[in-house]
Amino acid sequence: MAYRVAVGRQTHVFADLREVMAKATPLRSGDMLAGIAAASMEESMAAKIALADLPLRSFLTEALVPYEQDEVTRLILDTHDATAFAPIAALTVGEFRDWLCSDQATSSVLARIAPGVTPEMAAAVSKIMRNQDLILVARKCQVVTRFRNTIGLPGTMAVRLQPNHPTDAAAGILASIVDGLLYGCGDAVIGINPASDSPGVIADLLRLLDELIHRFEIPTQACVLTHVTSALALIGQGAPVDLVFQSVAGTQKANESFGVSLALLQEGMAAGRSLGRGTVGDNVMYFETGQGSALSADAHHGVDQQTLEARAYAVARAYEPLLVNTVVGFIGPEYLYDGKQIIRAGLEDHFCGKLMGVPMGCDICYTNHAEADQDDMDTLLTLLGTAGVNFVMGVPGADDVMLNYQSTSFHDQLYVREVLGLKRAPEFEAWLRRMEITDAAGKLSAGRGGQALLAAVQGRAA
Amino acid sequence: MSNEPVSLAERWAALARLTPARIGLGRSGASLPTGEVLRFGLAHAQARDAVHIPFRAGEVAASLAALAGETVEVESAAPSRDLYLRRPDLGRRLSSQGRTALAAHRGACDLAIVVADGLSSTAIHQNAAPFVAVLLPALQRQQLRLAPIVVASQGRVALGDEIGELLGARAVVMLIGERPGLSSPDSLGAYLTFAPRSGLSDAARNCISNIRPGGLSYEQAALKLSWLIGEAFRRSLTGVDLKDESDLALEAAARPELPPA
Repeated sequence: MAYRVAVGRQTHVFADLREVMAKATPLRSGDMLAGIAAASMEESMAAKIALADLPLRSFLTEALVPYEQDEVTRLILDTHDATAFAPIAALTVGEFRDWLCSDQATSSVLARIAPGVTPEMAAAVSKIMRNQDLILVARKCQVVTRFRNTIGLPGTMAVRLQPNHPTDAAAGILASIVDGLLYGCGDAVIGINPASDSPGVIADLLRLLDELIHRFEIPTQACVLTHVTSALALIGQGAPVDLVFQSVAGTQKANESFGVSLALLQEGMAAGRSLGRGTVGDNVMYFETGQGSALSADAHHGVDQQTLEARAYAVARAYEPLLVNTVVGFIGPEYLYDGKQIIRAGLEDHFCGKLMGVPMGCDICYTNHAEADQDDMDTLLTLLGTAGVNFVMGVPGADDVMLNYQSTSFHDQLYVREVLGLKRAPEFEAWLRRMEITDAAGKLSAGRGGQALLAAVQGRAA
Repeated sequence: MSNEPVSLAERWAALARLTPARIGLGRSGASLPTGEVLRFGLAHAQARDAVHIPFRAGEVAASLAALAGETVEVESAAPSRDLYLRRPDLGRRLSSQGRTALAAHRGACDLAIVVADGLSSTAIHQNAAPFVAVLLPALQRQQLRLAPIVVASQGRVALGDEIGELLGARAVVMLIGERPGLSSPDSLGAYLTFAPRSGLSDAARNCISNIRPGGLSYEQAALKLSWLIGEAFRRSLTGVDLKDESDLALEAAARPELPPA
C-alpha cells in the first residue's frame, strides 16, 4: 500500500513500507549507493512524518523482506512474543518514541517488552529519534550476560582485548595481551582475529589463551574469531573453545554469503554449550555485525542498511549471545561516509540492539579512506559510554596492525572510565585487585601489579 | 637469562620488539603521553595523504615505459576522488575514452599488467616501478607475450578484468594501492585473474598483499606472483581453486638432490 504525506503544496508518495523506512533514515552513503535514499531533505522528513503515524502492528503484517524467501523474516515473525508486545501493541511509531522516553518505560518494563520488539519496530522508532533519545533510552535498557564473568551490569563497561598480530606470532600476541591486562582490559573477551585460516594455527592460539587464563585464573573468556564451521571442527578435535564466533547479517541471502544458516548457528551454540566451560553462565556465542553487510553481499532486498542491521540482532538474539559487536566503521565510506554517519550509526545500532534485549557492544572504528579520525572515535566512545554500552574494543594504541583500521585503545577505555565512573565486570575487577594491577578504587596502581604476568610472557619470548 | 635486575623500560622494550602493535606506550594518568599522540597523528596523516594525494599517472607511466616500452593511460568511470570513494562500482568500470584507447591496443597476448592507484597513490608512486623492474625478468623467463602496461586512475581491483578483456589477454595482473593501514600507508597489492572478463567476483582471483619494503619484499612478491602466473597458465584457472604453494615449490627447488641409493 502507498503512503502519502502533504507538505504545503507538495505531496510525497511512498510506494510501500520499505520505501518509507529507507527514506526516513538519516542520510548515509550506503543507502545512496543502493539507490534507495531520499532525494531531498524534505522528502526524508515527509517519510519520517509518515513513519511516525504508522501503528507498530504494521510491521507484523507487512514484511520488508518476503516471508517465503527469507528465514530471518520467518524467525522474526514466527517467534514474535505477543504477550511481551501487548503493552505497546496499540502504539504508533511516534507514540512509541514518546513512551520510550517517558518515565513509564523503566528498565524492568523495557526488559519485559524486549521479546515483543521486532527489529523493524526498533529501526523504525530509531529513525525518528535524535541522538540524545537513542542515548537516553538505551541507557535504561539493561542486558546482562554471563560466561566466566558478568557483563552489562549498570555502571559497568567491559573491554574486548584485541591483541592481533600480522603473522599470528604467539610471543607478539602475548605481549599485546599482557599490555592490555595491565591496563585492566579483557573482561568482555580476549579475542584474536587470526591472520591465518589454518585450523592448526587457530588451535594453537586457542591453547595459548586457555593456558594463560587458567594459569592466572583470569575470570574471562577467550575467542579466536573464525568461521562457525571451523569452531565446530575444532570442538570436535578437543580444542579449548570458550566462545563460538560468527559474523551475521539481516537477510538469509547475506548470511549465505557468510556461509551460515540459522540451523548452523544453532549447531554452533549447542556444540559450544556441550563443553560446559562457562563458570557463571552459558552464553557462549559471540556475534559481529555491521551496517552495509547485506548490500555488500547484494542481498539487501531494497531495504535500508540500518533496518537490515537491526534484523541481524534478531538473528543474534535467538542464540542467547554473550556479546554482540557492531563493527561500525570498518566497512568503509561507501556505506558510512564520515564521522557524522559513523557516530549516528553506532548510536542507532546500540539502541536497536539493547531495545531488543541484545547485549550490544561496539567496535568504535574507522578506516583511513573514511572522512573520520580519532576525535570522532572519542566522541562516539563518550556517547556510547553514556548510553551504557556493554563493551568496547581495546586495541594497542588504537592501531590494529593485522586488520589495518583504527579502533579504541587501552588508554581510551581508561579515559571513559575516568570521566563516566564506569567499572569493569565485577569478577574481573576483583581479579585485577588481587593481582595488584588496580588499587581499591579500581584505578591502575603504580605498584608491582602484574609482575608475574610480565615474567610469564618474557619467559615465553626468551 | 642472567639474574641481573632488568629495568621495566628494558622489559617493555624487549616485548615491543615482538610485535608491530603499539604496546608499552606508557601513560599520563589515563591518557597517552604527548609523544605518542603526535606519533599516531603523523601516521594517520600519512595514511590519509596516501588516499588523497593526486595520482601522478604520467610520471608512473614514464618510469614504467623506461622498463617495459609501451604504456597506455586510462581512467575509470569515477570522475573524482570523492565519487570514487562513494561509488566503488564506478571504479570497477572504464571511462568511454579508456575503452577506446585500449581497443586500439587489442592483440594476441598472454599477460596484461595494470597499475592502478586504488586506495593508496603513495603505494604506486613508491613501489610500482621498482616492483615491475623485479617482476619483468621473471616473466621473460616464462616467455610470456606482454600487452602494453596500462596505468589506470581511480581504479578498483575489478577494473583489471575489463582491461584484460579489451586487450585480449589470457590473464591480467592488477598492481594496486591497498587500503592504507596506520603503519603501512604504502602497501601494494597484486591480483591475478585468468581469463579476465567483466563481472568476475573476487573468488576468481589470487591476491598477494602487503608488497612494500617494510612488508613482503619485491623479490619475494615477484617469486610468488610468477609462480602463480605459471600455475594459472598450466591449469587454466585462478581463484579459490589455486592455492599459493609457491613456498613448497621454492623449498623443493632449493633442496639438494639425494644421490641414488
